Amino acid sequence: MKNIRETTFKSLTYVSALFTIIFLFGIIGSLFLEGLPLIKLVTFKTFILNPSWHPTSYPADFGILSLIAGSLIVTMGALILAIPLGIGSAIYISEIAGNKTREIIKPIIELLAGIPSVVYGLFGMAFLSPFLIRVFGIPTGLNACSASIILGIMVVPIISSMSEDALSTVPRQLREASLALGATRWETIMRVVLPAAKSGVIGSVVLGFGRAIGETMVVIMVAGGAAQIPTSIFQPVRPMTAAVAAEMGETVFGSPHFHALYAIAIVLFIITFATNLITEVVFFRKGDLK
Amino acid sequence: MKRREWEEFLGVNLLRLVIGITVAFLILFLSVIFSKGGPMISWSFLTESPRKYMTEGGIFPAIVGTFWLTILSIAFSLPLGIFTAIYLSCYARAAWFVRITRLSVRTLAGVPSIIFGLFGRMVFVHLFGFGISILSGALTLGILALPMIINSSEEAIRGVPKDFWEASLALGATQRQTILRVILPTALPNILTGVIISIGRVAGETAPILFTAATFYTRQMPSSAMDEVMALPYHIYALMTEGAHASKQVPIAYGTAVVLLLVVLSISAIAIIIRYHMRRKRTW
Repeated sequence: MKNIRETTFKSLTYVSALFTIIFLFGIIGSLFLEGLPLIKLVTFKTFILNPSWHPTSYPADFGILSLIAGSLIVTMGALILAIPLGIGSAIYISEIAGNKTREIIKPIIELLAGIPSVVYGLFGMAFLSPFLIRVFGIPTGLNACSASIILGIMVVPIISSMSEDALSTVPRQLREASLALGATRWETIMRVVLPAAKSGVIGSVVLGFGRAIGETMVVIMVAGGAAQIPTSIFQPVRPMTAAVAAEMGETVFGSPHFHALYAIAIVLFIITFATNLITEVVFFRKGDLK
Repeated sequence: MKRREWEEFLGVNLLRLVIGITVAFLILFLSVIFSKGGPMISWSFLTESPRKYMTEGGIFPAIVGTFWLTILSIAFSLPLGIFTAIYLSCYARAAWFVRITRLSVRTLAGVPSIIFGLFGRMVFVHLFGFGISILSGALTLGILALPMIINSSEEAIRGVPKDFWEASLALGATQRQTILRVILPTALPNILTGVIISIGRVAGETAPILFTAATFYTRQMPSSAMDEVMALPYHIYALMTEGAHASKQVPIAYGTAVVLLLVVLSISAIAIIIRYHMRRKRTW
């Protein structure tokens, strides 16, 4: 009797773990099942390299180069903002701040991480965009630049909390030795602590990249939505996630357009999967990859 | 001053500037949302349905919708998540299976939320025939929450000292008894913290419910899990991107954002407070 209970319980945990695997493969399977049929209409090369995305015109064009460009420019813009702010905040919290300041600032940054992306989107549309129009005199405030700013702010807590974890694992002796040798705090940070925590800090940036490129609500609301390769950061763009989210509701189940959106999702999945893999293999090999 | 001292002075103050910008942005952000949305909040805003094509009235159906979506999704992913965490931290024998499970958890954690939405639309809405409904949305959100729950629960379980496990087994308890009566109760506060944080995340997610659960407008309250619903995050999105009366819709969107923020932030504040107290109370 006892044995049956033991085995049942153990099997229950085993089956639960199995479900996690099933879900992942279910996701991959559903993407490929619905995305691959597009190959009958468009070659892989045209799909990736053609900048013309006109899925509803006749004949339809399913080239996603401009969508990829939109995703990349917005993500890069976000990182340009988020890397200095995120890493800087992490260094401040771990190296400069006293205990009291740290206990106030850390939860604040955690709160920033908990804000739903749609609220950031609202802020971008209703506040930042009119503000940019006033300051720069541009025709539309919904563009690559404003999306980058909002996305950047969203990524700051991710980069900051992971970099801070990395910095906190640097042994105290290293800092003390450096200070004892007469180095200033700044020199200790730049030449001892940061190099020692390098892999974790870079890992946080890679993770931030993955998060930014997969973010949907901010870009669908703030990036402007024009499927074009931008020539300036003040032009509207249509990142991949925005195209999928905005167009999925209007497609007919099983139509070429429908398959094309799942094909975009495959590209997106591969990019984020590769990002995760890089973070894991390159930066956390020593860690818990048992 | 010498060059090195200048460097120190500039560098440290640069870091202060950076943290200042980050905190200032948060203050700006919150004050914009609360100053524009705060005045919208009233008893009727919280308890009435929208009227006149979303230009008047309240957001009660969206509050109800978000409540059910969140509760059901956690009810689905909580047992799965905790059991998986137990497997990974307490049993976990077959190395290849553990590896694949961990890889799946990590990969799921990094999948963009819109992709969960596509999966949900394909599998729950279409294949299982649940249609656009609370059930489809909750299952989709549940899968999104799963890696967060697994990770935090596993960490919590691993935080229980090995001695507890060994002492219990030495007293003649079985593995199952040890897990259920010793390990889980000890790890519970930390598990709860993780779960509460994922509740906050789930409540604010929009992309996964775009085409699995959400509807712009419905007059009726949901009567079963098979109904489509309004939800707070989707309501904000819809008010900002659909409809023809921007000047009347934007204030309602701000008001909805205040409600959503209060819900999400108070949920994560609870988690932060629990964790803070647990760290202080821990005696081992």
